[in-house]
Amino acid sequence: MRNTLWETIAPNLTLLVISLAAFAAVIYALFLIGSRASVKWQGWLRYGVFLGPALLLLLVGLIYPALRTLWMSFMDKSSENFIGFDNYIWAFSIPEIQIVLRNTMLWVIFVPLLSTLIGLAIAYMTDRMKRAGIVKSLIFMPMAISFVGASVIWNFVYNFEPSENKPEIGLLNAINRGLGLEPQNFLLTPPWNTFFLIIVLVWIQTGFAMVILSAAMKNVPDEVVEAAMLDGASNWRRFTRVTLPMIRGTVVVVLTTITIGTLKVFDIVRTMTGGNFQTNVIANEMYAQSFRQLNYGQGSTLAVILFIGVVPIIWYNVRQLRLERTER
Amino acid sequence: MRHFVRSRTMLGVATLSVAALALAGCAADDGAGDTATDVVADTDTDTAMAAGCEAFADYMGNEGETVEIYTTIIEPESTLFQESFVEFEDCTGITIEWNGDQAFEEQIAVRVAGGTAPDLAIFPQPGLLKSFAADMVPASAAVASSVDSNYTADWKNYGTVDGTFYAAPLGANVKSFVWYSPKTFADNGWSIPTTWDAMLTLSDEIAASDYAGTAWCAGIESGAATGWAATDWMEDLMLRFQDAATYDSWVDHSMPFNDPKVAEVISEAGKILKNADYVGNVSAIATTSFSAGGAGVVDGSCAMHRQASFLGGILVGDYGATVVSPEDTDVESGISTFYFPGVSADSTPALGGGEFVGAFSDAPAVEAVQLYLTSPDWNNAKAALGGWFSANLGLDTANVADPVNAVAVEILQNASTFRFDASDLMPGEVGAGSFWTEMTAWIAEDKADQAVLDAIEATWPAS
Repeated sequence: MRNTLWETIAPNLTLLVISLAAFAAVIYALFLIGSRASVKWQGWLRYGVFLGPALLLLLVGLIYPALRTLWMSFMDKSSENFIGFDNYIWAFSIPEIQIVLRNTMLWVIFVPLLSTLIGLAIAYMTDRMKRAGIVKSLIFMPMAISFVGASVIWNFVYNFEPSENKPEIGLLNAINRGLGLEPQNFLLTPPWNTFFLIIVLVWIQTGFAMVILSAAMKNVPDEVVEAAMLDGASNWRRFTRVTLPMIRGTVVVVLTTITIGTLKVFDIVRTMTGGNFQTNVIANEMYAQSFRQLNYGQGSTLAVILFIGVVPIIWYNVRQLRLERTER
Repeated sequence: MRHFVRSRTMLGVATLSVAALALAGCAADDGAGDTATDVVADTDTDTAMAAGCEAFADYMGNEGETVEIYTTIIEPESTLFQESFVEFEDCTGITIEWNGDQAFEEQIAVRVAGGTAPDLAIFPQPGLLKSFAADMVPASAAVASSVDSNYTADWKNYGTVDGTFYAAPLGANVKSFVWYSPKTFADNGWSIPTTWDAMLTLSDEIAASDYAGTAWCAGIESGAATGWAATDWMEDLMLRFQDAATYDSWVDHSMPFNDPKVAEVISEAGKILKNADYVGNVSAIATTSFSAGGAGVVDGSCAMHRQASFLGGILVGDYGATVVSPEDTDVESGISTFYFPGVSADSTPALGGGEFVGAFSDAPAVEAVQLYLTSPDWNNAKAALGGWFSANLGLDTANVADPVNAVAVEILQNASTFRFDASDLMPGEVGAGSFWTEMTAWIAEDKADQAVLDAIEATWPAS
């Protein structure tokens, strides 16, 4: 019993027309009220019309879920009974979760540092280069690949073929074999496997860091650099004493943005190891607890821990932006 | 992760059914073009030719009624189901409305709570069925006696909640399979082992021989569900080294997960899975996908591989295998299966899964449909359409075109015990959580047997 094309389209089309008409009617009504209201009322109306929907969406989409998650983190798995801090005690006492917290730390330390450092280096090196566009595009390209796509690609890079009689399809192990070295199962041995996963995110984020920092470097006035040059400052000194201090604010923004992104890392771990072999991180465990084991209490607790981890970074970021604004 | 398990099975069934259709087309050899349309045409002519409806006498008297079947089974498998109902519908005047929905597990609760429960629901696993017992209509005496005579007691038991029989078994799948290449076995003069010890002896023999590959290959990688393939090993061996009652108490946690009886089972599993002489690189099993794990049987890099019936579809589709019957020993890259043996040749438990049909309405037409689905007539007709089998004792293996499915039906009919996949029945924390991850650690990190069992036991929910 297949519907004809028209039968499928008709209800949706009707709905579309009705909603468009309703939207037009609301706008018309607002203008009508606005034109007749007093000046004082018009001011209030303006706030209401422009802020109201945003506030409402913020309330529904952000504040309510956040409060509900907090509330659920104090409840049992089906959110029926209040169990106090039991979920938090669970999160900090069982050894598996301690590995999860340790790995998240490793990610948060290494990904922002490495991607910003490499991004900074490339940005500086390409700053006065001819045809820098080609280099930059190549390095920026991974940004355009989804995390899952990147993970699948890197899975092939790290692939390990146990049988010696079959061709090696993993890039790194093919090189290993070609050089006569023992092939390695890269994703299996902790804690190195976490670093092999970290490389994937660094690969993605370096392009982002490079582009932002490179733009900031373009804003460094040529006079300042030239003055330093005339004073006989070496290239390295010019970089550390002139360029870097002048783009400090941007470096902080890049660092914190990548840090927050890293705290949420989920796709890479889930796609490449599924959190096995001691590579699990908070976001992946949070998903597993909530949606695979349907333990909403423990899942929400991990979400709250993640949130608490992000707060200081955001606070620092906001403070830094404010400082910069007052400096100007 | 129940969704995952089911969709994986579905994928296999889908691919198998395509293969079976192709096989059926070859067997018929009627020279006409498209095989799929052939099957449809055949059924239509059968219906038209049916002289009378004597076979449907039991289901008469409900003309004009409509019965809704709500299920997870969607296209393309649902087409074959609807085909199998045509004759029944023509004779009895009952219209069967097939309502397939992949969100069945969530939606069934919504529909029951909202007062729009379907007439019949096909539950993909007994655990889900149990939570709706209060809303279901107990099976009628006719359905119960039909199930008594057409299925083993284990199957009836999975449709029974607190002593009341509600849901009749429908389709089945079997996990107790060892995949092998009949040609490789014949070329090397190996014979199919009928006991666990004989299988270990054969493995030793293969490891010592100059056969280029390994005795076994395995793969348990499956993305976020990595480890489930290893839990299947545990379940199969649990049924073999312990009795069915112990298996049940293991599932419902009246026996702790770190009991010495479970420890015995995991050490037996380790005799193959963690034996480098048999499998080569043990830890690499954890990074080999479950589908690639079986590919070694096709290309000759290993002799045996334990996996459920759905694997055939994957090996045929992705690795160029041909499913053959055990007698076809001259087919290059031909694969077949033998029964994963028990401790003795006469102990033949089977591990698998299946669907159950429960009624939410007590109309006579609904009962008629429920009864018809338990009849050998329907089961044979449905199996003949390909890619499907059930545990119905009246099912004639001659009607099961696919050689692997035919073996599966034999296993089911000869099984001394039948048990459901334990990880599907255990609470999510264990069955879709620690059981998977700990079995993975057992293989990948060489975690000790007892440490694995203790860690799983620690995650069993308190209540």
